[in-house]
Amino acid sequence: MMSGEIVKSLIVPAHPHPVLCPEKNEGWQNIRDAYDEARRQIEESDADLIIIYSTLWPSVIGHQIQADPNPEWVMVDADFHDLGSIHYSLRIDTDFAHAWNKANISRGLESRTVAYDGFPVDVGSVVALELLNPDNRIPAVICSTNVYSNRSETTVLAKACMDVVKSQGKKAVAVSVMSLSNRMFTEPIEPHEDRIHSLKDDEWNRKILEFLSEGRLEDIGQLSRTIHNQIRVKKVVAFKPMWWLSAMNDNRNDLTGEVLAYEPIHGAGAAVVVLNPESNGTGDKEYDEDDVEFYGGDRDVLDSKGDEPAIQVSNSGPALYDPVEGKNAVNTNKAPKPVGAYPHARREGDLIYLSGVGPRQPGDNSIPGGPIKDKNGNPLDYDIKAQTRAVVENISRILEEAGSSLDKVIDVTSFLVDMDRDFSGYNEVWAETLGKIGPTRTTLAIRALPTPIAVEMKVIAKA
Amino acid sequence: MAKGSIVAGCLAPHPPHLVYADNPEQNEPVSEGGWEQLRWGYERLRDSLKDVEYDVIVVLSPHWQTYVGTHFIGVEKCASKSVDPVFPNLFRFNYDLTIDVDLARAIHDQAKSEGMSVKMMENPDFRVDYGTIVSCHMVRPEWDKPIVSISSNRGLSYYSVEVMQEMMLELGRSTAKAIEESGKKCLLLASNSLSHRHFVTETNPPEDMSKEHITSHAMHLWDMRMIDLMRSGKSQQIINEMPEFCEQAIAESDGGALTWLLSAMDIPSQPATLHGYGTIIGTGNAIMEWPCHTWGEQ
Ligand SMILES: [Fe+2]
Repeated sequence: MMSGEIVKSLIVPAHPHPVLCPEKNEGWQNIRDAYDEARRQIEESDADLIIIYSTLWPSVIGHQIQADPNPEWVMVDADFHDLGSIHYSLRIDTDFAHAWNKANISRGLESRTVAYDGFPVDVGSVVALELLNPDNRIPAVICSTNVYSNRSETTVLAKACMDVVKSQGKKAVAVSVMSLSNRMFTEPIEPHEDRIHSLKDDEWNRKILEFLSEGRLEDIGQLSRTIHNQIRVKKVVAFKPMWWLSAMNDNRNDLTGEVLAYEPIHGAGAAVVVLNPESNGTGDKEYDEDDVEFYGGDRDVLDSKGDEPAIQVSNSGPALYDPVEGKNAVNTNKAPKPVGAYPHARREGDLIYLSGVGPRQPGDNSIPGGPIKDKNGNPLDYDIKAQTRAVVENISRILEEAGSSLDKVIDVTSFLVDMDRDFSGYNEVWAETLGKIGPTRTTLAIRALPTPIAVEMKVIAKA
Repeated sequence: MAKGSIVAGCLAPHPPHLVYADNPEQNEPVSEGGWEQLRWGYERLRDSLKDVEYDVIVVLSPHWQTYVGTHFIGVEKCASKSVDPVFPNLFRFNYDLTIDVDLARAIHDQAKSEGMSVKMMENPDFRVDYGTIVSCHMVRPEWDKPIVSISSNRGLSYYSVEVMQEMMLELGRSTAKAIEESGKKCLLLASNSLSHRHFVTETNPPEDMSKEHITSHAMHLWDMRMIDLMRSGKSQQIINEMPEFCEQAIAESDGGALTWLLSAMDIPSQPATLHGYGTIIGTGNAIMEWPCHTWGEQ
């Protein structure tokens, strides 16, 4: 099996100054030099793809992925048009673009590719590719920022991208094109007058860079909303690129980071940061938000419905076992512990057979959507959709441990304890997730399951 | 020289869907129609302006977003292709238009003398934003009048709706003064929607009107309230309520176009005419006209 990976991650600024007039200001020249150094590092790596997430390309209908093999035009910045024009001619990996689009859709995202003559590639992507890949030696792919997307949607976007990086065996460079603090001077300035807009912005920028230099990318992701409130004017909702970049790196906090430059560009905080996957040997991730695998719609933002029921822990189930380490067994601590002496899965030839998978969470054994009864057997209200979603996520984790993935599922037997109450909710989540992949399915009503859950699935997948 | 004047001011929203649905020859994509309430609303506006003489269209569009002050196109001949980065499937429009650089510069100079941050855009490679093109095309598809294209200074992003409005009120006064001194008759367009919450999915085909409606009741109430204030000449109240409107309806008037327009017309107490209202992927759009030329000497 091919193994793709992110060989390097970059955070780079978007404004055109380092391309068009680095000589006018020492800081802009430093950014240009740092860009050149990042380019050299990419050249020395075995990277065969540059993936750009640009905050300067907003989208409304989900995410858009550039799929024109050779976008070509002349770019002029909306504000800094007097600095000149940039003629661009880019090389896009269209196979990757289409595959990413498909992976987005199978993970529940709204997504499409765009390939139109004259499409205005955004200034951030143009600047980044001009400086990181001037001769188009490495093909690129560019993705928009959805103006409405929240953290889970942005995380799932990255996971879908990684599905393709892995399945195509790419050695990819992930690039977030963005400012840190993005408050610019609202008046024209002379180049020598440039400085970070305020002391507060500068202090926050330095704090961000301190974290990044320690490789603590996921911590910056976790701080995203706070950072946004402190030093960002509201061009895009929240400090999204860090969510994306962190998820592209498996939400790790122990990367090796290097800040190549930090300078003002017309008041905004511009930095070139390189993050390498080698572990810096320190802290592990501290991941305190939902690790979502699938996107389940726009979270009812238009309705004033409450949040999904909080995760509830139930102690009313049977004793838990460590998964059995038998021949061909596949076990993972990312899936809930078994309730008997059996492994999570077993690989036989080209097939992987999973033991029945429920919604219980690894670690705390909690049940998303809540248990169906309390310790005394009194029925509780629960959310079948949240339970079903959790089952699919557990299946996905077990398959990934086995070197397979959710899109290789071929047959599923589902068990529901209350067909009348739960079938439609279960069916809805199915349609958003496994339904898009297309395994055969049988759904049975049964009297009970060993733990207080409402749904379980028995899965066979290709290795 | 006779004094210049504003012959009419219009709220002229710019969803590319309208051009797409009209199938003009300049636009590549082809549709089966759709959004007739709005397209026929534009038809009524064009009809209403049919016998009104004017020299220039002055338009402020929220899709030329500038963060370093307000900018004006200062290139006389602009011809290129405009592709909407958000709806490239609907709008790939070949334009060839003339800018009234003299008037643009006059407004620029006047605003500058009032202390505003302004800049002329003189790069010949610059592409005119699709908001400007859609609004101008829907109002005057003949493209036989020069235009003045004004950017949307994102004052709101940096400060607040109140500060943004202060800037736009000043820009409106400067626009009116420069027009008066130019001796030209001008049609003013504020290119924006009202409530601005989109659906995040698109139907297939996009013109499937069975799926088109406002995103929420609250958005509808805001749109109707704003239209009613315009219809009853309560311009000052619109300005007073703008902060709540922008916040609660995520209104596209946050770009300043509507405030600029009302200010240029000296906060009119005369009623505006509603030519059409409709939603476009859930956002509220009204085509309104203030027929200043009928108001007599001001
Ligand atoms: Fe718009």
